[in-house]
Amino acid sequence: MLRDSTKCQQTRPVNHSACTLALTLLSLGAQDTTRRVLVWGGDAEGGAPFVEADPSHPSQVRGFDVEVADRIARGLGRHSARFLQVQWSNIDQSVERGDFVLGLSGVEDTPARRARHSVTLPYFEFREVLAVRPEDRDRIHGLADLRGRRVATLGATIAYDLLVSARDSTGLIPVSYDDDVHPYADLVAGRVDAVLLDHIIAQRALRHRGGSGFTILAQPVAIGHYVGVLAHADSLLRDSVDGVLREAMRDGSLEQIFRRWSVWDPSQPVLFDRVLRSSALTRTAPAATHALAYLPSLARAAAVTLLVSLLSMTLAVVVGLALASGRLYGPAWVRALTTIYIEVIRGTPLLLQLFVIYYGLAGVVRLPAFLAAILALGLNYAAYEAEIYRGALEAVPRAQLEAARTLGLSEAQILRLVRGPQALRYALAPMTNDFVALLKDSALVSVITVVELTKQTAIYATNIGSWVVPGILCALVYLAMSLPLARLARRLEHRWGGRAA
Amino acid sequence: MTALLVIDGLRVRYETRDVLRALSLEVARGEIVALMGPSGVGKTTALRAVAALQPFDEGRIVVDGFALAPGSVPPESRLVPLRRRVGLVFQGHALFAHLTALDNVTLALRHVLGKTRGEAEAVGERLLTSLDVGTRAGAWPSQLSGGEAQRVAIARALAPDPHLLLMDEPTAALDPARRSTLGTTLRRLCEQGRALLVATHDAEFARANADRVVMLTTA
Repeated sequence: MLRDSTKCQQTRPVNHSACTLALTLLSLGAQDTTRRVLVWGGDAEGGAPFVEADPSHPSQVRGFDVEVADRIARGLGRHSARFLQVQWSNIDQSVERGDFVLGLSGVEDTPARRARHSVTLPYFEFREVLAVRPEDRDRIHGLADLRGRRVATLGATIAYDLLVSARDSTGLIPVSYDDDVHPYADLVAGRVDAVLLDHIIAQRALRHRGGSGFTILAQPVAIGHYVGVLAHADSLLRDSVDGVLREAMRDGSLEQIFRRWSVWDPSQPVLFDRVLRSSALTRTAPAATHALAYLPSLARAAAVTLLVSLLSMTLAVVVGLALASGRLYGPAWVRALTTIYIEVIRGTPLLLQLFVIYYGLAGVVRLPAFLAAILALGLNYAAYEAEIYRGALEAVPRAQLEAARTLGLSEAQILRLVRGPQALRYALAPMTNDFVALLKDSALVSVITVVELTKQTAIYATNIGSWVVPGILCALVYLAMSLPLARLARRLEHRWGGRAA
Repeated sequence: MTALLVIDGLRVRYETRDVLRALSLEVARGEIVALMGPSGVGKTTALRAVAALQPFDEGRIVVDGFALAPGSVPPESRLVPLRRRVGLVFQGHALFAHLTALDNVTLALRHVLGKTRGEAEAVGERLLTSLDVGTRAGAWPSQLSGGEAQRVAIARALAPDPHLLLMDEPTAALDPARRSTLGTTLRRLCEQGRALLVATHDAEFARANADRVVMLTTA
């Protein structure tokens, strides 16, 4: 705006009044979008009491964070606050991109976040609490009692960092989820032995289960704070927001909001008091996180990716061969069944299949996440492999099969000694292609808590607040796994290609 | 002289069209019979019917006492005696592309006749040598010339020691010198007591090598 007006004055002195008029109109328009409405981002999937879709007006959101945003908007002199849906783990990136001005909805106060973005003062104090099954309540009193046990939490949170740092000292096994509902479901189901999350989330989960299924330990593991996050360059606006939050602490409006949503507790006035007394909150220096520190965990995640891919592909090849044989040689009902399997699997999303196998079947058989991942990927890719093998088997020239018949070979011998080996040559290139695709599709299994390469990279990126270095590292590791494979396939094809006319 | 192969009133239809009608012929041991006629007259069809690769609609085929009846081709399990008696050399050879020349020849010896690899290879090498391709035993089919590939294909068909050898257009890919060599080879096979039925449109080759010529006509 300033640059424009300077240009106006320098190049068009004659039209000065027209320039002024245009500028006034422009600034009015700008006021409309950026000054009169506060656009804030949050994740309605996080649900009540933070942000949830209003059951009576599903296009609107409600929750204490919604009201905090409204209060901030009012305090800043804006007409209203407009909500923008964003995935919780992407709030920081989105606010920096300028998708919205303020990110709220259980955003945690962390050194990394403070180093990368403009972060408001803390407006709510939460406790990281452990939830365990009722029969374990006397045995488990803290992280130290969870040696060798699986402890679930939401990925990319303070709780996850706590678990990861406790892994080495206590020997517990952190399990990361993409949402905050399934950790409790899996706790009740016995897939994990404890859940570490914010007390609000734990209490909500317990309410949803009618107060049974697990208990929340009274002693918190750690204390954390919710903050608002703004783009790094918006530190001036952040200071204004801080002013509004202090005002809201003083005039009781923040307390009213928290009471309305039943999250007010004795620790909040203590926090308010502390905030109001130290007008300049100590800004903690960011913990030095060096890229090298993440290499061991990336290497471990890469090994998981490779192992999941190799085992799934083995399963896909075996099942695919059976399906293709059934489709080519089986009686009518077998042909029909294999065709239905192949079409259903190919016609529905792999993500859905993962959920069905892991969560959907949990009532019948409680598969460990790693096994469920391999089953889902393997059974999915089997459908594609089956079609490759069928095509390859059908591509073997008829004269080759007839020559084998005139020699007296049985159908099974023809398949094993002539048709199969020749089909392999045709199948090799598309199979390699599929394996490379599977290597990358294996990233999907993170939704059922298997931390593989992409998930680990996302955690790493969230921690340091940038995707550049983790993204490049992750891409290099994927390439290091897929390129040699493509090369091997080309060599084999070349060698076998030389044998055939 | 007893006939090793009897074809009596053979008729083959594709949909509504007769591709072969009223073919009758006999081939005795030690005899080379040439099956001649213009392209599309059904020479290949007749050979395929004898080899039970193709059903026929009327007539009767008897190979060394094993009879084939009209109707669909019986399952392979019922054709075992026929497969032992009849060898077929395809036009274009149809050598197994993923096996060496020797492995092409030993495949049936090992997996149908149950010979050990050593026994099978001894037989295979002897066969290839007798057909002047002994030095090509380790070559892939794609590395063989037309004449070499044909002789390997003959060796493969001869490996199970069939009494009747069917050949489809054996001279198609051969130069004149090779044709006369092939004639000599076929004569030698007959002298070992086999019967040969050769489909060809090469009149000169037929005149020079066949004991009898059966002419098929479109009429």
